[in-house]
Amino acid sequence: MFHIFCPYCQEYREEEEFHPSGQAHLVRPADPASVSDEEWGDYLFFRDNPRGIHHEMWVHRLGCRKFFNITRDTATYEILETYRMGEQPSITAANAEVRREQGVQTADGGWQTVGAQPENSRLNEETPS
Amino acid sequence: MQRYSGFSLVKHALSHHENWQRHWRNPTPKKRYDVIIVGGGGHGLATAYYLAKEFGVTNVAVIEKGWLGGGNTARNTTIVRSNYLWDEAAQLYNHSLDLWKGLSQDLNYNVMFSQRGVLNLAHTLQDMRDVQRRVNANRLNGIDSEVVTPEQIKEIEPALDISKSARYPIMGASWQKSAGVARHDAVAWGFARGADALGVDLLQNTEVTGFKIRDGQVYGVHTNRGDIEAHTVGCVAAGNSGVLAKMAGFKLPLESHPLQALVSEPLKPILNTVTMSNHVHGYVSQSDKGDLVIGAGIDGYLGYGQRGSFPTIEHTLQAIVEMFPMFSRVRMNRQWGGIVDTCPDACPILSKTQVKGLYFNCGWGTGGFKATPGSGHVFAASLAKGEMHPIAAPFSIDRFHTGALIDEHGAAGVAH
Repeated sequence: MFHIFCPYCQEYREEEEFHPSGQAHLVRPADPASVSDEEWGDYLFFRDNPRGIHHEMWVHRLGCRKFFNITRDTATYEILETYRMGEQPSITAANAEVRREQGVQTADGGWQTVGAQPENSRLNEETPS
Repeated sequence: MQRYSGFSLVKHALSHHENWQRHWRNPTPKKRYDVIIVGGGGHGLATAYYLAKEFGVTNVAVIEKGWLGGGNTARNTTIVRSNYLWDEAAQLYNHSLDLWKGLSQDLNYNVMFSQRGVLNLAHTLQDMRDVQRRVNANRLNGIDSEVVTPEQIKEIEPALDISKSARYPIMGASWQKSAGVARHDAVAWGFARGADALGVDLLQNTEVTGFKIRDGQVYGVHTNRGDIEAHTVGCVAAGNSGVLAKMAGFKLPLESHPLQALVSEPLKPILNTVTMSNHVHGYVSQSDKGDLVIGAGIDGYLGYGQRGSFPTIEHTLQAIVEMFPMFSRVRMNRQWGGIVDTCPDACPILSKTQVKGLYFNCGWGTGGFKATPGSGHVFAASLAKGEMHPIAAPFSIDRFHTGALIDEHGAAGVAH
């Protein structure tokens, strides 16, 4: 259960008042008629879906009914910041402290590894077979 | 592999059941395989099993970062049905249902497949129209679906509240008699044991950390136990598929959400069948142990944590109590979550990718368990031949650019 700070109401409210609305900062192609099928398909269907830092849009539907953005870690569920529409996040995957420990906190307070190690671009480099 | 039979049971009883063979070996990774399957859940193990059994490819490794069948295979609500609307999906799920029917014999392992039927309830006029449309489509595809009235529903499932005074009165339902439930862990273990006996290496606690790609062709994977080579790699990693795709340098149209389920304390037999309702949004069946197995909707946010929020559970139980008021004082025993990889059209992706030799089988979202044998079978055929099996072909990742979507949001039991 999240306790979410609405940047418009300026107070913490319970998750039930809110509704998640998908990835934030998506830009609709300015002229949809002129984009290719690939670009349009990418815009409609392909999302970031990261394990880690994610910027997402939420709506305070049982409160002020305004949309705003949250930066959240999808592995630990920790909410790192909330900010208004039109603003940019201050915490991003690039500048956040690299979380070597890719795990989640379990209900009893322990630490559980749930997935792959940090995505390391070096691992994809070509090596002679 | 020792075969299980009544005779073997008697034989082992003589030695106090102390000498049963292990289900599978725990091998050290070889340097090179013909095919690598990434992900040792039900679908991955089924793929390996059919590769070895039907297509003669036995030099296969299944790479699993945790333990076999420990992800969504261990976390689902075990419902098996095939009443999907569109021809492509109906064929895929019905192919699976056909395999389910002989699976215990085929694997020599009791997967406890019980064809107790599934009811999909309708609570509004539009629900009824949707049910009728889906039943008609099912029958054209040779699926044994029928429309039933509230009175017939009461005969099938007496515990259901069909009164007119209910908040969401039941107006009818679709009824697939050949649907049912199976023992989820046994499915993974049976496929694993079968695959192992045919020579497949099941590598547990082995985590893929990257792909070896040269000139657009995959030739192996990096793991925490060293590099392993293969020119055909099939990824069957459910919620973690997007993470793997990112390692290979492309994106998938998937979103990974938490999906929660829960079981009650064990009760005496009360439910005959599987009851699902899209409108009040919940589904329930009773396990052989007696507990009610309950599920409903995903948590709307992205999450890799295998847990969700409490309000979602509350909504789930509201739906169950709406359908079965007598369950209002049943106590819940356990609750858990899995990571489901939902696709925009609620259908899976079985596809080649832009990297040659790298195949993905993912996007099963909230309803993959029922497809375990069928998914494994057609995916194995595709990996063995290098061409997608005709049943799998429509589920290509290209459909998100061509627009040939297979919209199964109506037939999916979980809204997303």
